[in-house]
Amino acid sequence: MTTDERLFDYLLRLADSDLVLAQRLGEWVAHGPVLEEDIALTNVGLDLLGQARLWFAYAGEVEARFAGAGRSEDAFAFLRDGGEFRNLLLVEQPNGSYADTMARQFYFDVWHQLLLVKLTHSRDARIAEIAAKAEKEVVYHAERSADWIIRLGDGTDESHARIQAAIDDLWMYTGEMFDPDEIDTALAEDGIGCDVRTLAPAWREAVGSVLDEATLTVPGETWMQRGGKNGVHTEHLGHMLATMQWLPRTYRGAEW
Amino acid sequence: MFEPLSTAQRGRSSSLDAIRRVLATIPDPEIPVISIVDLGIVRGVEWDGDEPLITVTPTYSGCPATEVIMADIGRALTGAGFAKHRVEIRLAPAWTTDWITAGARARLAEFGIAPPGTRSVATARVVDTTALHRSAVRAPVPCPRCGSAHTRELSRFGSTPCKAQYRCDDCLEPFDYFKPH
Repeated sequence: MTTDERLFDYLLRLADSDLVLAQRLGEWVAHGPVLEEDIALTNVGLDLLGQARLWFAYAGEVEARFAGAGRSEDAFAFLRDGGEFRNLLLVEQPNGSYADTMARQFYFDVWHQLLLVKLTHSRDARIAEIAAKAEKEVVYHAERSADWIIRLGDGTDESHARIQAAIDDLWMYTGEMFDPDEIDTALAEDGIGCDVRTLAPAWREAVGSVLDEATLTVPGETWMQRGGKNGVHTEHLGHMLATMQWLPRTYRGAEW
Repeated sequence: MFEPLSTAQRGRSSSLDAIRRVLATIPDPEIPVISIVDLGIVRGVEWDGDEPLITVTPTYSGCPATEVIMADIGRALTGAGFAKHRVEIRLAPAWTTDWITAGARARLAEFGIAPPGTRSVATARVVDTTALHRSAVRAPVPCPRCGSAHTRELSRFGSTPCKAQYRCDDCLEPFDYFKPH
């Protein structure tokens, strides 16, 4: 693998986690528990979609350097199969209840913010500027999702039980966020990416302290699922992509 | 000693002034009481060879108004006789509400939108996890209608990504707050 091929794969990882989570949040449109939450979730999704577009645009330029031509943002989003997606397994998990959605969001937001802060120091100027732009948005996401964890955990018996179950169920998808493969390692060594292992202590501290304030229990050691960044996904991604991709695949070149 | 400007140079710099005046008339598509210049997203107006180059930075990555603004700039400049121009998007430095002008802040308040407070973030970024807790101290947001400081946040996101929803506990009016960013 050349340097550009590794960079390309890395950019798809960043883009795909944003895109898949944006799509999941978009599924809440008109189904939010209250109007304000409907709007908030879709605004978070909009931020993530905007960030995905910035990463995809750069990935397309990098792809052109080694493949002769680079794909468009739409081609990346709509014309790749599940095995070509590089997103974290966490973000493709179904929306479930509001507790499931907010637990998923909280785990991701805290990690996302820690990662983007590191990437603002990337030696790749383009990565650094996209990260700096995105990080400002993600600060709000993390504050909002932490607030919901505390509200639900320190709420009624019912909300407490449901958010604890969601926190426990999704825990097994958090391990791969801190589990580098050879692409991560090579890019971290070049000062372009980030050694994700270094994010783990701050993530555990932040997540633990919020769960504590929410009167929730941090899940214990368990088997951690992995594979998203290498294209090995849970069964949920394919169903989500079928909904997301059918129109542009059925009507090639369709426009508004 | 300064060399006096030649007529051609004077013409080129007055064209840029004219372009700046045109840009200052383009309203933000979602908050029409302020212009795109007031909003601080116009980052440069300069000559690139024989072509005026206008550099714009987006507010939020996913803001749908960005594309509308780009089209509005093209239309306004063409209408003002500057059909030949180029508009480029620049990400860095990332947009901040600190770039919103003082006059625009006053017009936002008159329009019923509480203007953003200053953003107190140093350039060296660190993750502030204390902000994730209930004990986090947030600056009070005065009601743009009655001025009361007894207001509360209803939702961290309002009608657009850049705003939050608040309510005044004294005059009971809901209002948008332009979030410091």
